[in-house]
Amino acid sequence: MEFVRHEAPYTRPRANVASLMMQVLAALVPAALAHIWFFGPGFIFNLLVAVVFAAAGETLMLKIRTRRPGTGLTDCSALVTAALLAFALPSLTPWWVTASGALFAIVVAKHLYGGLGFNIFNPAMAGYVMILVAFPMHLNLWVAPRMGDIDYQTLSFLQTLQFTFKGVLPDGITFDAISRATPLDTMKAGLNNMQTISEIRALPIMGDFGGHGWEWIANYLLLGGIWLMIKRIIRWQIPAGVGVGLVLPATIMYMIDPGANPSPSFQMFGGAAILCAFFIATDPVSAASSPKGRFVFGCGIGFLIYAIRTWGSYADGVAFAVLIMNMAVPAIDYLTRPHIVGHDEKAEQ
Amino acid sequence: MTAPTYDLGKLHGGLRLTANKSISTTMPILDMPIPAQLVLPITQHVGDPAQPVVGIGERVLKGQLIAESTGTLGAPVHASTSGKVIAIEPWPVSRRLGDHAPCIIIESDGDDRPIERAETAPDFTTLDPEVLLTQILHGGIVGLGGAVFPTAQKLMQARTCEITHLILNGVECEPYISCDDMLMRERPREILSGARILMHALQIDVCYIVTESDKPEALHALGDVLEELQDDRIVLKQVPTIYPSGGEDQLVQLVTDREVPSGGLPSDAGCLVQNVGTAAAIHDWIIGHQPLISRVTTITGDGVARPMNVRTRIGTTVADAINFSGGYTERAEQLIIGGLMTGKSISTDRVPLVKATNCVLVLSKTPSPGVELPCIRCGDCVDVCPVQLLPQQLFWYACADDEKKLRAFGLTDCIECGCCDLVCPSHIPLTFDFRMAKGRIRELADEKSRAERARKRFEARNERLQREQTQRDAELAQQKETAKRAGPAAIAAILKRKQQQHEED
Repeated sequence: MEFVRHEAPYTRPRANVASLMMQVLAALVPAALAHIWFFGPGFIFNLLVAVVFAAAGETLMLKIRTRRPGTGLTDCSALVTAALLAFALPSLTPWWVTASGALFAIVVAKHLYGGLGFNIFNPAMAGYVMILVAFPMHLNLWVAPRMGDIDYQTLSFLQTLQFTFKGVLPDGITFDAISRATPLDTMKAGLNNMQTISEIRALPIMGDFGGHGWEWIANYLLLGGIWLMIKRIIRWQIPAGVGVGLVLPATIMYMIDPGANPSPSFQMFGGAAILCAFFIATDPVSAASSPKGRFVFGCGIGFLIYAIRTWGSYADGVAFAVLIMNMAVPAIDYLTRPHIVGHDEKAEQ
Repeated sequence: MTAPTYDLGKLHGGLRLTANKSISTTMPILDMPIPAQLVLPITQHVGDPAQPVVGIGERVLKGQLIAESTGTLGAPVHASTSGKVIAIEPWPVSRRLGDHAPCIIIESDGDDRPIERAETAPDFTTLDPEVLLTQILHGGIVGLGGAVFPTAQKLMQARTCEITHLILNGVECEPYISCDDMLMRERPREILSGARILMHALQIDVCYIVTESDKPEALHALGDVLEELQDDRIVLKQVPTIYPSGGEDQLVQLVTDREVPSGGLPSDAGCLVQNVGTAAAIHDWIIGHQPLISRVTTITGDGVARPMNVRTRIGTTVADAINFSGGYTERAEQLIIGGLMTGKSISTDRVPLVKATNCVLVLSKTPSPGVELPCIRCGDCVDVCPVQLLPQQLFWYACADDEKKLRAFGLTDCIECGCCDLVCPSHIPLTFDFRMAKGRIRELADEKSRAERARKRFEARNERLQREQTQRDAELAQQKETAKRAGPAAIAAILKRKQQQHEED
């Protein structure tokens, strides 16, 4: 009898990229619901716009690069990029801002570097930074979180839709009436005005430990992240690194002067640190990949977030921190190579 | 019974695999009847081919030497039964994935008449270790775990190092394979006897017999005999069921916490590893005077009607062995010699079962791994690599054909266990790519050494020409000098002589 020949091992791989990406998306669902609850339906439109343009960009680029269009979309990585971008955007964002961010992420940051697996920079963060630099005005439109104070107005589903796609607010409503500075902005502005931390923290927007609404989104992101760790889709090193890199300097400074330095819990839960630790920095393509390297990579991001928030001009520094550390990945990977069994690395050098 | 000591694994990574072993352990080891024709390749070991010492048409007896060991790392081949040599010709073999290699073909006469052994060997404990090693060499014994390194030479090499531990490998971590398990269950006495012979040959006092936690029956059987023997030099060890803890270097690391140096042998870490089957074969030869002419092979997979373990004569074809196991099922699609993770897929069942064949695996469906996507550097492969390589980096450098980086990142240390393939979400055939890259590195090294040789030759030639030229110049100058000193008359005489010579020509 004659047989077909194959190569060992003769068994099917256990995982696939699409299911990994789908699980990452699933882990984002609770936080997305919290986002919608606190900041209104704008998130849904941002997500829709981001997904549509990310998918369009992916298809277009695959076509131009003469790859089969189907394969690129089925790995769902463009969806994750779109979702992360949507999380980074204020709920009231004009559609063309979101669209240009999504297109930049996919077309420039991903495909011009060679597509899935070859991009040096985290696509979602590259897209976000592009619109942050190009259209800074439009990224300040954070509406007030749902917290039940009287003077604050919310937009309905249709009104939000109208703003997203037409850029107009209903008659008689101004931006000032619906928007609020984010907790990080408030903190930064307050400190610049020589207010003490306790004064700033007394503002209703600051919530219990992070920032009203923000801390709950962060809690759900934390839950999703822990679930991803249990499912072994992400490893503990990067989130732990981000935590250490951010919390360590924050704690030291807080202990030295609690009046002028925000608490470590505020640093972790007040902005995008949790999102970054579990979902953004853990993008495997642009992160370091040796186990020790992942931790170093995370630490670098955490520390840069702290540095940008404390000494920089931006209220939050997640996107810049991630992009800067992306550049350091080749060096980190080279310097943190694990010990190979049977080698005496010291003797070899 | 003597209870096994439990050692916590110190191996990095690895995988828990679905073992699928129980399908072939329901029956005891069955003796397969002698087939009508036996095909014995002259290369059943890692070294140089054995040299046939029988002619076509010659009658041979069971256990008779038919090809003797030659060259380095050679091992002799013995007739597995009595009969007539009908051909010495190329035949498909599993070592070459179904391609042809020289084989001695014996037509069995059905009598199975053994050769007379002249002397009864003395008790091995009274023998000099060197003599014992020579005896082992004559038995044609090679490592039965699959690597088929000639045992005698392995022991000789080990005797030049400081060996502290003899490790008998009964781990058998590959899914589906159960021949060592069954052997340990049924012939623990012979295995332990082989262990004692090996200890005497090595002149050491520590022997670990190691098996995985999923083989309680084997542990029990070995433990019972060990208690009876009261030999406290032999220790039973149980390791967790994690693939690939049965790899030689991995096992050393697991039970002694020593790393086998890159490019080195377990003996460099003070260990000698032998398969339990090899130990039993040594017993059969030294005590029972039966050379290595049969072995236990697992015939299994969902492509076989009755999976089982059989004791087959070396040289039985796969087709005969499958027939004995009830034939193929309708779903049989792939034939693999060896295990699921590292076996060799071959194209024809005409190949013979040889000393290396621990398993014949017939599988139904061809697993289609799906579309191969680019590497997303998830690092799952890093977590499972037992050698702690960075397969994703290696893959990158393999694509770029960057020899220097491939070496720096330890490509040559890859044991090709296949763990990274199994966890890769992008379905990249990493092990296959690494095997190819290793081949290219070897070629490149060969090419380099060839180029180096050519350069040396060229330089030597230039040097020689230069030397000859200087020599000629010196001679000419000397002649001129002599002529000048002799004066014009002498020059005229010389010229005249030359003229004459010229005319004569």
